Amino acid sequence: MSDESKPGWKSIPIAGILLEPGSAMEYKTGDWRAFRPVVDQAKCINCLLCWIYCPDAAIIRREKFVEVNYDYCKGCGICANECPVRPVKAITMVEEKR
Amino acid sequence: MSRIIGLTGNEAIAYAAKQSNVDVVAAYPITPQTVIVEAFSEYVFNGEVGTEFVCVESEHSAMSACIGASLTGTRVFTATSSQGLALMHEMLYIASGLRCPIVMGVVNRALSAPLNIHGDHSDMMGSRDCGWIQIYAENAQEAYDWIIQAFKIAEDSNVLLPLSVNIDGWTIGWTVERVEVLEDDEVTKFLSTRKPVLTIETDKPITVGALCLPDYYFEMKRQQVEALKESYEVIEHVTKEYEALTGKRYGFIETYNVEDAEAGILCLGSTAGTAKAVAKDLRSKGKKVAVIKPWIYRPFPTEEIIKAVENLKALAVLDRACSFGAPYSALCSDITATLYQYRKDLKIFNGIYGLGGRDIRPFDIEAVFNGALEVAKTGVVKEPLKFIGVRE
Repeated sequence: MSDESKPGWKSIPIAGILLEPGSAMEYKTGDWRAFRPVVDQAKCINCLLCWIYCPDAAIIRREKFVEVNYDYCKGCGICANECPVRPVKAITMVEEKR
Repeated sequence: MSRIIGLTGNEAIAYAAKQSNVDVVAAYPITPQTVIVEAFSEYVFNGEVGTEFVCVESEHSAMSACIGASLTGTRVFTATSSQGLALMHEMLYIASGLRCPIVMGVVNRALSAPLNIHGDHSDMMGSRDCGWIQIYAENAQEAYDWIIQAFKIAEDSNVLLPLSVNIDGWTIGWTVERVEVLEDDEVTKFLSTRKPVLTIETDKPITVGALCLPDYYFEMKRQQVEALKESYEVIEHVTKEYEALTGKRYGFIETYNVEDAEAGILCLGSTAGTAKAVAKDLRSKGKKVAVIKPWIYRPFPTEEIIKAVENLKALAVLDRACSFGAPYSALCSDITATLYQYRKDLKIFNGIYGLGGRDIRPFDIEAVFNGALEVAKTGVVKEPLKFIGVRE
């Protein structure tokens, strides 16, 4: 399925050339995600293990808990796996609805 | 003013590249390379050209270096043949995908195994979907003329595609012919220098060759389809300009006596020359035969082919390559696909000939013409796929 919000072949530069340097930030990889990490802010102990392990630097530090940058989180689940909170983890993976 | 000199097909291509003021040539210098780059390296050694000549360790690297050079906005030429083109295969797609207007002389020769160094079209036909403009020249003169026109076509801002000019190995590549050449300054004036559109520059950096996922890849391929379509008009324009300069008219196809013919042969390259000679002879005996020779194989000259076969009842398409397991070989598949919508009544058969440099003699061509005339008369194709000149 084609994403109709993206430009068509007539309006993009040829050959996949990127005209501006350092433009990788503009490319949102969040739509690769099949499962999204959901943070229960009440359970989060702010240990920052998820922040350390996230391979995409998609965990945002707040004063008392963490948040997820869904523009870049690819949904790998490492944060939920590493979350030490028990018996119920502070980060759980929930299937994306499309 | 044109001069007449004796050149082999290979030398004619090298001479045309020399006159085209090429900035960079990257090539693998030994077998299966041809005399094209050997002749060109002499021009470099003698200081006759200001070209940067890069000797690389393989054809894969040769095309890679050509791509890099082309992306900086320079005029780039290379040449290869046979296994060399096969080794380039991966990079051919990158050259067209990155829209590098590289011009390459391809001396068509057979692919191994068994090991063979003689002429057939297996090499280029094996890479026919690589997104390049593909031209087949009949003789050394045509090869010379097409190379000069090639740079103008490929480098046009509406095209920006790599282009191969193909000649038959040995038959044309290594045979000396009378070639009319232009003066250097005439070629310089005709081509001027390349005017690149998007290039790698330090002042304004761009990214080339970045990852392109399912959300954009398809759009890039669609652009390439459009570029080949655009090249159609550019080819027409450039061939007209070249006619104004030289008096020689090139186009998408050449036809010989199609107007009132009943049966015809359609083929690429040097075999068309033999076919025209045989057709001339048969005409004198009252047989209504024609020859159709596509110069341009990609973009496929659909409209020209449809018009050329208008009056024909039977058509023999001769392929000098074998698409193993396919109903027809490459050229005939294209022809049948083209004509299915417009000329369902035209009877077509495919002849595979000349593999590994097997000679196709006037006698063989005459038999094909007679076979096509028989089909025109009876309306029945007994053998849709024939092998011409093979021992049973």
